[in-house]
Amino acid sequence: MNKYIKESIFKVLMVISVFIVMAYIVIIIGINVVKGGIVIINNPSVVFTAPGPKYLLGGEGGILHAILGSVFMVIPSTCIACVVSYLIALFLQVDYIKNNFSNKLRVVFDVLWGIPSILYGIFILNILIVTNRRGSLGAGIITLALLQMPVIVRYMDEALNSVPNGIRESAYSLGATRLETAFTTTKYALPGIIAGALIGMGRAMGDAASVIFTSGAGNSMPKGLSKSASSLPVLIFQQANSFYPSVREHAYAASFVLIVIVIILNTVSRISSKHFQKYTSGSGK
Amino acid sequence: MLNKDMEIRIRDLNIYSMYKNKKNSHILKNINLDIPKNRLTSIIGPSGCGKTTLLKSINRLHDIQENIKVEGHVFIGDEDIYNPRRQVNEIRKMVGLIAQRPYPLPANIYDNIAFGPRLHGKRKKSELDDIVENCLKRTYLWEEVKDRLKEPAVALSIGQQQRLCIARALAVEPEVLLCDEITSALDPISSEKIESLLLTLRQDYTIVMVSHVLRQARRLSDYVVFLYFGEVVETGYAKEFFESPKDQRTKNYISGIMPGL
Repeated sequence: MNKYIKESIFKVLMVISVFIVMAYIVIIIGINVVKGGIVIINNPSVVFTAPGPKYLLGGEGGILHAILGSVFMVIPSTCIACVVSYLIALFLQVDYIKNNFSNKLRVVFDVLWGIPSILYGIFILNILIVTNRRGSLGAGIITLALLQMPVIVRYMDEALNSVPNGIRESAYSLGATRLETAFTTTKYALPGIIAGALIGMGRAMGDAASVIFTSGAGNSMPKGLSKSASSLPVLIFQQANSFYPSVREHAYAASFVLIVIVIILNTVSRISSKHFQKYTSGSGK
Repeated sequence: MLNKDMEIRIRDLNIYSMYKNKKNSHILKNINLDIPKNRLTSIIGPSGCGKTTLLKSINRLHDIQENIKVEGHVFIGDEDIYNPRRQVNEIRKMVGLIAQRPYPLPANIYDNIAFGPRLHGKRKKSELDDIVENCLKRTYLWEEVKDRLKEPAVALSIGQQQRLCIARALAVEPEVLLCDEITSALDPISSEKIESLLLTLRQDYTIVMVSHVLRQARRLSDYVVFLYFGEVVETGYAKEFFESPKDQRTKNYISGIMPGL
């Protein structure tokens, strides 16, 4: 075959692939934004009101419990996961342990990353059963922290690894200790580290399977760490299972809120990476 | 050559690189070397002969690489820097290293210079201001950057960045400056500025420079060390070294007959 024909065939295949992916992204986001938007515009109170006792049976109320539940669950869990992951990522750098060992640990984290989230949920559920407790906000936080930890570790590790060795050597030769050097490389790697934290957060935000057993997933507002709480993905699952058309409609509103939150997270991640890149790349002003 | 004129004394230094699957290689073999105080010493030799390895052994930078094994002693003044009881960062403070390419720290110009003094406990603003101004003046950078000290250091040109790295190394008041082919990434004009800077700095510091540009070594050095396949072949003051080399290999290398590796 002529190599120019080959080239054009591959170009067509690439364009088609891009088109397919773009098309379904637009369709998914579009349907949720339009349908959810209509529900919210017709009845804005959906977002601001707590659900009534029979909300999922077609009763009155809104989805505020799930929005707040998501926020109260995701933010603390991300903070916990970030602190732990940062320490692990520093430990994985050559300065502390042998390369060979850190490469093995990296494989472990890659495997953890690939474990389906329902298994994390069942793991925590088992602990809850053994300790004779019920699903609660606190258990949900722990589950989500476990869920996002491997993702954040690998992102932070890659970001720290991509810091040029010269930066490390410069800091060392000025007399910095390993910890002071680590802080310097962290500053260099900050765009990647923030991206990792926000991607972990996005994963936790959108995950239903891990919290469906552990957080209680009830209909009440989150009232405390040991009390039941719900989250947006769980609520969407429940609403979409409903027999009542009005409840199923509300699932679109919940999806709309979820998509908006995820888009905001992504935008924040991009903006903050740009901001910190000014110290690492010459062109940034 | 009186012993007290010597700042750095290297005794029986052997460096091996150990890789799991490859054969261990013996990078530096029985190095015995004296480097004079407040002079500019050049280490020359073909690439791959261990110049940079030798240089990094003078501030224990090999400690952060797990595959390198160092045996022997390096004395700076009277102090054995491989003494395990000394904190390694105290030793590195005495020995500044300037790398081949400038690596400004991810901060603004001011903080780049103030980084070192801050590490060693100087936190007063006025004191830091003095150090920053002084170091930038010594590297002839002050006039160029005094109005934009708060800008990211990466916004400077590469020649300015290299001078910034020198200023940063001076800020911790080292005794020795190690320069690893510091002009190789620069254009001729920037290199010339750096060269004249080195000539002024050698009055106060012991400078050890790795160079594979023979003309540069001839122009700048007071003392020359010729390294070949991990061995010191010949050392001597620049004039006699270049004019009447004793060893045949040195003669060949200087006249360009000897190929690299």
